[in-house]
Amino acid sequence: MPKLLADDSVGIVESQRAQFTKPLTLECGKTLDAYDIVYETYGELNASASNAILICHALTGDHHAAGYYSVDDKKAGWWDSAIGPGKPIDTNMFFVVCINNLGGCRGSSGPNTINPETGKYWGPDFPIVTVRDWVKSQHRFMQWLEINAWCAVIGGSLGGMQVLQWSIDYPDLLKHAVVIAAAPKLSAQNIAFNEVARQSIMSDPDFCGGRYLEKNTVPRGGLMLARMLGHITYLSDDAMRDKFGRELREGKLNFGFDVDFQVESYLRYQGRSFVDRFDANTYLLMTKTLDYFDPAREYNDDLAAALKQTSAHFLVVSFTTDWRFAPERSHEIVKALLQAEKQLSYVEIEAKQGHDAFLIPIPHYMNIFSSHMKNIAAALT
Amino acid sequence: MEDKGLRADLVIISQWIKESTKVLDLGCGDGTLLAYLREKRNVQGYGLEINAFNIEDCIEKQINVIQADLNDGLKSYFADNSFDCVIMSQTLQATEQPDLLIEEMLRVGGEGIVTFPNMAHWSARLQLGLKGIMPVTKNLPNQWFNTPNVHLCTLNDFEVLCKNHDIKILQRTVVDYSHKQGSWLINLFPNLLGEIAIYRFCRHQR
Repeated sequence: MPKLLADDSVGIVESQRAQFTKPLTLECGKTLDAYDIVYETYGELNASASNAILICHALTGDHHAAGYYSVDDKKAGWWDSAIGPGKPIDTNMFFVVCINNLGGCRGSSGPNTINPETGKYWGPDFPIVTVRDWVKSQHRFMQWLEINAWCAVIGGSLGGMQVLQWSIDYPDLLKHAVVIAAAPKLSAQNIAFNEVARQSIMSDPDFCGGRYLEKNTVPRGGLMLARMLGHITYLSDDAMRDKFGRELREGKLNFGFDVDFQVESYLRYQGRSFVDRFDANTYLLMTKTLDYFDPAREYNDDLAAALKQTSAHFLVVSFTTDWRFAPERSHEIVKALLQAEKQLSYVEIEAKQGHDAFLIPIPHYMNIFSSHMKNIAAALT
Repeated sequence: MEDKGLRADLVIISQWIKESTKVLDLGCGDGTLLAYLREKRNVQGYGLEINAFNIEDCIEKQINVIQADLNDGLKSYFADNSFDCVIMSQTLQATEQPDLLIEEMLRVGGEGIVTFPNMAHWSARLQLGLKGIMPVTKNLPNQWFNTPNVHLCTLNDFEVLCKNHDIKILQRTVVDYSHKQGSWLINLFPNLLGEIAIYRFCRHQR
């Protein structure tokens, strides 16, 4: 971090921890008897507790959405581009909450924490949690914060799926829903990519059936490969061409199997740095969470019926070159919301960055986002 | 919001829209009409718009706006009879297949309202007939090579289309440069003196 904090930064932030002792029954049938949730908040809750916003994180995100941990911290939270004083999610107006979801690896109960029953790492025994389970745990968390309802629930990608699930499961507990670069369920191609990522982790000899932490090792190669694969799906063909083209790292071909092209070097770097901050079991679990997401299934595959009860106003956003969750996937959400006669706007942002665009402060995107959030703030009581 | 300042054709459209109805505005621009209808007629409205800057204005006005290309049709979003009225103001002439879009308007809505620049207005006739050039007017400001208006028509053309498509015209009016409507002269020669045509229509068998 910056010697001087920018005026629009939330500044130095601290993670906090909440402990829950009331058992949580999960969709898979298993129960978590007790669990921890780590979280961060930015801004102040107003007197009527009406300005609280929940931010839902994506596959590899966490509760650190904005700000820095110290003056030496080089990297801000994952959505620092959108959260802060004067930014679209304006912390002068809103009380912003972000939690690390269950099954995560950044402090909340998950595979890399201790299973109280065995005294050992949960590892592969941590139950598979679904988006619905997450939303249920987020609802309990909301009550624990003594907030009656969210002014808005906002998320991109897998985060956007949680927003959809919120509006279905707790139709009156959110006034606004902002669903960015999401889909109402995964396609066969999406699932296929996830399966390759899982296979690469599980076939790493250091995976040890998921008990690698007990054996003091990490399936580095497998997790790195999973991340490299994922990263390709986050970028568009154009973005990769712009960023790397066929540029050679050493200016010449080496006629070997080591890095020749810059894009290879970049992917390896992304993969390696990911291994240091992410847990392989969490990656397996969260890709399954993605695969299982299909809120319309119990409504005879009718998403409009699933969304019928919600009183939330929607903003749905997609990005033109996103091929992981393409604009057509957002159209499915929009169509259902129109059929359910909901208040909504849908914007397709011209962007060349692919799926990653949702984290990038593209001016048109930020204008739309800011206007929308200003209107929400203006209606606060 | 005052009637003053609202574009002439929009003033007339708003008079034709009933209280508390459900309206779809195709090519809703910056959302002015829908904002006006929401305030004055308690209308529940949705707008379709393609232009990114217009979308920003709509969001600012808290209009329910869907970014979409009308040339892709309405099938992907709207079921039959979802709206009381579907409006398309000053947009018809810029669409790829106006006839199909008008059919679509009456599929998703009970009634349709369109407004378009009248190509048979005397000033356009003068430019083409006497000067021998493609007309450029206040309502058709583009040159032939850069105009988005690829399907211009006249009042007579539009009425023939309606007849052929079994569409009943419920109401017609025209406005001229000074945005006057209803003078005896303009009513006598609408296709000559009307600059913008405004039609309200429905299916014949209704």
